[in-house]
Formats: sequence, structure tokens, C-alpha cells
Amino acid sequence: MNQLLTKEKGKKLFLLGNEAIVRGSLEAGLDFAACYPGTPSSEIGNTFFEIGKDANVYFEFSTNEKVALEVAAAASACGLRAMTFMKHVGLNVAADAFMTVAYTGVRGGFVMISADDPGCHSSQNEQDNRYYARIANIPMFEPANANEAKDMTRNGFALSEKLELPVLVRTTTRLNHVRGAVETGNLEPQRGKGHFDKDPGRFVTIPAHARIGHVKLLERMTKALVISENSEFNKVIDMGGSEYGVITSGVSYNYAVDIMGAAGIKGKILKLGMTWPLPEKMMTEFIKSVDKLVIVEEGEPLLENAIMALAKDVKPEIMVYGKRSGHFSVMGEYGPDVLKSAFSGITGMDLMPKNVPKASTPLPARPPSLCPGCPHRSTYYAAKLALKQNFKDAIFSSDIGCYTLGIQEPLNVADFLLCMGSSVDAAGGFSKATDQPVLAFLGDSTFFHSGIHGVVNAVYNRHKFVYTILDNRTTAMTGHQPNPGMGTDGRGDPAPMISIEDIVKGCGVDFVRTVDTSNIKEMQKAYEDALAHDKLAVIIAKRECVLLEIRARKKAKDFHTWQINQEECTKCQVCIKTWGCPAIYLADDGSVHINDGICNGCGICSKVCPFKAIHENTEVRK
Amino acid sequence: MTRIVVVGVGGQGVLFASKVLSEAALMEGKNAVMSEVHGMAQRGGVVMCNICVGCIESSLVGDAEADIIFAFEPMEAYRALPKANAGTRFVTSTSKVVPVVVSIGKQKYPDVEGLFNEIRAITPKLTAVDADALANQAGSYVTANSVLLGALAGTAECPVSVEILKEALKNTVPPKTLEINMKAFELGLAAAKLG
Repeated sequence: MNQLLTKEKGKKLFLLGNEAIVRGSLEAGLDFAACYPGTPSSEIGNTFFEIGKDANVYFEFSTNEKVALEVAAAASACGLRAMTFMKHVGLNVAADAFMTVAYTGVRGGFVMISADDPGCHSSQNEQDNRYYARIANIPMFEPANANEAKDMTRNGFALSEKLELPVLVRTTTRLNHVRGAVETGNLEPQRGKGHFDKDPGRFVTIPAHARIGHVKLLERMTKALVISENSEFNKVIDMGGSEYGVITSGVSYNYAVDIMGAAGIKGKILKLGMTWPLPEKMMTEFIKSVDKLVIVEEGEPLLENAIMALAKDVKPEIMVYGKRSGHFSVMGEYGPDVLKSAFSGITGMDLMPKNVPKASTPLPARPPSLCPGCPHRSTYYAAKLALKQNFKDAIFSSDIGCYTLGIQEPLNVADFLLCMGSSVDAAGGFSKATDQPVLAFLGDSTFFHSGIHGVVNAVYNRHKFVYTILDNRTTAMTGHQPNPGMGTDGRGDPAPMISIEDIVKGCGVDFVRTVDTSNIKEMQKAYEDALAHDKLAVIIAKRECVLLEIRARKKAKDFHTWQINQEECTKCQVCIKTWGCPAIYLADDGSVHINDGICNGCGICSKVCPFKAIHENTEVRK
Repeated sequence: MTRIVVVGVGGQGVLFASKVLSEAALMEGKNAVMSEVHGMAQRGGVVMCNICVGCIESSLVGDAEADIIFAFEPMEAYRALPKANAGTRFVTSTSKVVPVVVSIGKQKYPDVEGLFNEIRAITPKLTAVDADALANQAGSYVTANSVLLGALAGTAECPVSVEILKEALKNTVPPKTLEINMKAFELGLAAAKLG
């Protein structure tokens, strides 16, 4: 049994922040969960995929974040406790529903998790989703560690039900991917099936009802304010004085308390855990009780703005150190070094580490790259072969997934990327705005997420480009979650396998070709034909992700690696300069070899080699 | 309090070893917080985990703060040098994982002994083991992370005892590979004690 399911109370578990969120929801008697995977939130869904059945929770991987939010909102309207979770940019996708569910309110507790990514560890921007709680005007929590992630999620459900409002738990990468001790609480009973009691005046948001919904929302948030003022998650920590009053939320608290403690900076910390609505009375009292204020918050100056406004009334002369004063940045992730630098500037103490060693030898960079044997490499390679000299001018409109790594040398096949689904939409724009060859690439899961409406648009508006759906039979980048094309659902049950080919044909595309990526010649022919086509042409590049495929091959004792025959090899380096598999390397003496330890055995390099010098090893690898 | 930086390349098992080490600390009744890396970096990129054992809230290790730098790859050990100070213990594998820019001949992989000498100029406490060779000796190249955990256990700076670390490893590896992983651990331990 997974440890998250334990009925034992007071047990200490060593959990990932994302696992702690799952435990918190189970303790609250969660019935229903839906998501689209996105790092740094991915492990929440992966955990439900693993334990959903045992936990008696309905769990689904929805096709995108908006769908997931709406599916979960319906369950909540039926009186069930429901949750949805997404990465920060996923909330942009779900924002339409998100804003209005605040007006209808909820019945069963409804918790939404936003996983923000300061520092862009795995994202295209570092937007601060604390703004969203303010736009929608719903309660928000910000945990600082794994145990709080569990507690705030659990309490979020109770608060949501009490106020009849959805609750946002805003996390960041450093919370999602921290691992720490979590103390278990008891598991509340679940509700099982719900019942939808009709109330169109509340749940059908025509303008007349929406106006009333807005009034209700404001009434509920007035109650939320009282709760925030008395929340156990908003507290003052004494650091032995009153000189510096630090106001902070989320993981920034950890760095602040460590550094104040270690450096002996006297003052107190107002640690805010329920951060919308802000406990203004509590903050005002805190402002009055200290000599100077230091605002420590990653991202936008939201606490700072609120504090400036409050201080103006009660202590206008107080010095506020933060982003305005230039001591903190809106950019990047905070950590011990950022805080040491800021507090050095603020206090005049020298807190900077002494004698930091300098790594003076320049090191080769090690960016992530497409795996050895990745089917995407074959697809890109074939497209480049077909483009020939036109490659330089061709526009590669990329998307979110492993295949974005095609940007690396020597493939260089990513020229434009905004967000999930932008490949196909933008390709249409490029095709109308220029006479350049245009190619869009996106994965199977991303196709179901937001790659379909672009097909309709391209057919309707007569765009001309080549749209490749890289169908590797999984959602690889976020950890191999199932998607609607795979025949498995979020509970691991068999599910209808949705055909990408049928969808595309149904949208009116008259050039649709499905090709096995390991057949380079056929792939190249498909691209030549597609590029010559006068309308939208779709290529479905189909082959299972190599990481899954080798598992099957190892099981079947059919996994062989490849090697280069040094007598046949002319050292022409075509394999290195055009194919670029990380397993193939150039030795110091100019000879070319395959690293047997990382070769995944696809063998396509043997087809790329003009001198047929690459051969399969007979030995079966375990 | 012990601050540990664990570095390597995506796919080497940095996360796995970090988790074993943290679990061991908890088994000894110590507090541990660990920062992990997930997502895109796992596709052959640099992976760094931070572990803080003892009374501390932060899960990140600042510059010059590391008590231990635990590296699965020699160049990545060197890349973590700014986290080191004069007392830092380095435990590193000598087995190279060549980045793509090197394998395609655009850049050179630096001389490993040269990198180690630069590390030794900062701290004399460098334990280097050929993790891949010892792993193969144990029975499979996939046990390299157990070799390295063994090597770490063989140093005075390791915040947990050899026995507890072994116990934590036993609890984590798949039963099928238990024997070779334990053998790998012992080989790493012996190698660390020698050098």
C-alpha cells in the first residue's frame, strides 16, 4: 500500500511537496480530482494515477486545464470535495472558467492548486499567479514547506465549504519539489456519489444572475477577511526584537528565518500563509510594532504594494525595504544567496559568503537534449532532408514538450514558441504573412490539449503549411502520463483510443499521412509530398517514446546496442554533424564511436551513415 | 547541521541517491529537507539536488555553504565548486558523461585531473572513485549510484552511519537488484576508505 493512504494519525512521512498536497486532500475526504499534467505540478496527477483507485478518488487526466477545472467544478456543484491542479501557465488556459466559478460559488469543497515557477526551471515564463486570486477575488493560501502544503490543502477544503467559494493554493517549484517530513492527520470520510440540486439562479451565469453572483462573492469575501485575520497560518515569529519587521509568504520565509537567525538580525517576522484576502488589521498592527519593514516575496510586489498603502495611514515615515527600494528583484527564484545580499544592503552587515571558490576552467554546457533513440530526432532529420537548401529559410513553429529540444545543435529545428498549441496557430500566421516554407511540430498530448482548433482554423482560412503531430504514444516530458490517444485513462483502465488521424480528416484536411519514424526514407518522401501540397498537410509521425520502448525490448530480451566498425568508418562525421545522437561521439584522435552505456538501440544511425559502417551488436543487453 | 549538494546528469540516479540519503537521516532521527529537480533537466541536463540535514528551514544551499559535494560526474563536481569552502568534502565519480557539444566536436571535455587539482586547491578532502568500473564489477552499470553512496558512507563527513545508510538503500532498491546494489555499496565504501 502506498504510504499516502495510511490511516495512522501522527505518523511522519518524508514527502515531496506535491505528495503532501495529495495527502492533505485525502485527509479532507477528497472524492474527485482532474488535471492536465504540467511541471512543477506533475507529480500530483502522477500520484493520483497511482493511488486513485485505492483511495477511492475519481481521477482523470483531462484534455487541458480548462476542461479539468470545469469537470471538477461540476463535481463540487454536486456536493463532492473536488480538486484541480496545474502549472501556473495552465491557469491561463483555465482562466475563463476560473473567474466565473468565483461568482457561482461552490458546494463541495473545491481546491485549485497553481504551481508557479520562479526562475523558469521548466516553463516559458515566471508569471506570479497570486494576481489570479486578486482578479477572481477568492481565498488563497501559500505554503512554505511540505507539512504546510498538506495542512493548507486540507484546511482549504473546509474553508471552501464554509465560504462556498473555490480556494486557491498557490505553490512554487521549490515547494512542489521539496521533500520534507509531514505529520499525518486523520482521514475524513468521503461522500462517494453526489447529487446536483438545481439552482439556475446561481449556476447559470446569464447577466442578471451574474450581477447577483458578484454581490454574493463580495459578501463571502467579507467573511473570508475575518477568517484571514484569525487564521492559524498567519503568525508573528519573534526574532528577538523590533528593529526589523519582515513580512513574507511562501518559501521565502524559510530563507528569511534562517538568515535572520544565523546573522542575529533582531526583529520579528510576519509569516503570511493565508494571503488573500490579506489580514490588513494584523498587518497594520505589525507595521506599528516595528522600526523598519522588509518585504520578502518572490515575484511581483503584491505584499509590498498592500503594505505601502497600509503604512501610509498608520506610519507614513517607516522605511520599507523591498523591490521599490531596489533590494529585491521581481525576477528569478530567491534563495540563501539572494537573501544574504539583500539583508547585507538593508542592515549594513556583511552577510556575504567569504572566499567563494571560482570555477575558472570554462566548462562545456550541458543543456537537456533529445534522448538517444528518440523518435522525434528521426522526424526532424527527415524534414530537413526533404527541405534541402530551403531549410535555412523554413520556419519551424515549435510547441511545448520534449520535442522543443530540437532547438539544440545540430538539428536547430525550433524558431518560434509561445505556449501549448502555439505551433499550429502561429504556423497559419507565418504562412499568410510570408512566402517561406512553414512547418509546425507538436506532440500527441499537446494535440489533444490545444492542437485541434488550429487545424480547423487552418482549413477554414486556407493556410498552407506542414503540420506534424509527433505521436510518441505518451505525454513524455511530464513523466509519461496517458492521453486520449493511448487507450488508457487516468485510473489505468482501458479507454477508447481517440484517433488523431480521424480528427484531422474530420476537420477537412485532405493530406494526412501516418508514418513510422524509424523509416527515414518514407518520412522524407512524406515531407517532400507535404511541402509540395498547396494546402495544410498533416504528417502523423508515429513511434512510441524510446524510454517506454526499451522497457518492452528489455523485457522481451531483444535489446541490442550498435557500434561503429572502425575499418569501415571514413570519419566523415555525417552522423555527428547532422544526426546528433548524444550516444555518438568524436574521440580525441578523430575517430567516431557509440557510447554503449547510453545507446538505446534504435539503429537509425546505421541508415544515416553513408558508408554503412554502423552495425548491431549481437549481445543482448539487460 | 550538514548541507549537501548532489550533482550529476539527468538519468544517473541523482534523485534516487538523494532520497536514500535523506531517508537515512530521518531514520537516524534527524530532520532533513531536500530540494529536487524534475522536468526538462532530466533529459540529459545538469541535475542538482540540495539536502539540508539538521535544524534548518531552507532547502537550498548557498555559495560556499556546502559541507559535502556529492557528484556523479567529474565535470559536474567542478561546476559545483562555488558551493564549496576550505572544509568541504567532495565525493565524486571519475566516470565521464560527455555532453553533446563535446561529442559533436564543438568543445573539449576538460582534463579531469586538472579539474580535481583545482578542487584540491580549495579543499584537500576529495574522494574520487571510478563508479562505473566498480558498478560493472558489482554486476551492472546501473548500480553506480549505490557505489557512490557507499563511497560517501566511507567519509567522516557523511551525516549518517554506514549501517543506517545501508538500511535505507535496502528499503529503496527493487528486491531483484538488492544483492548487486549492496555489493556495489560495499565496493564504493572500500574504495573511499582506500583513497
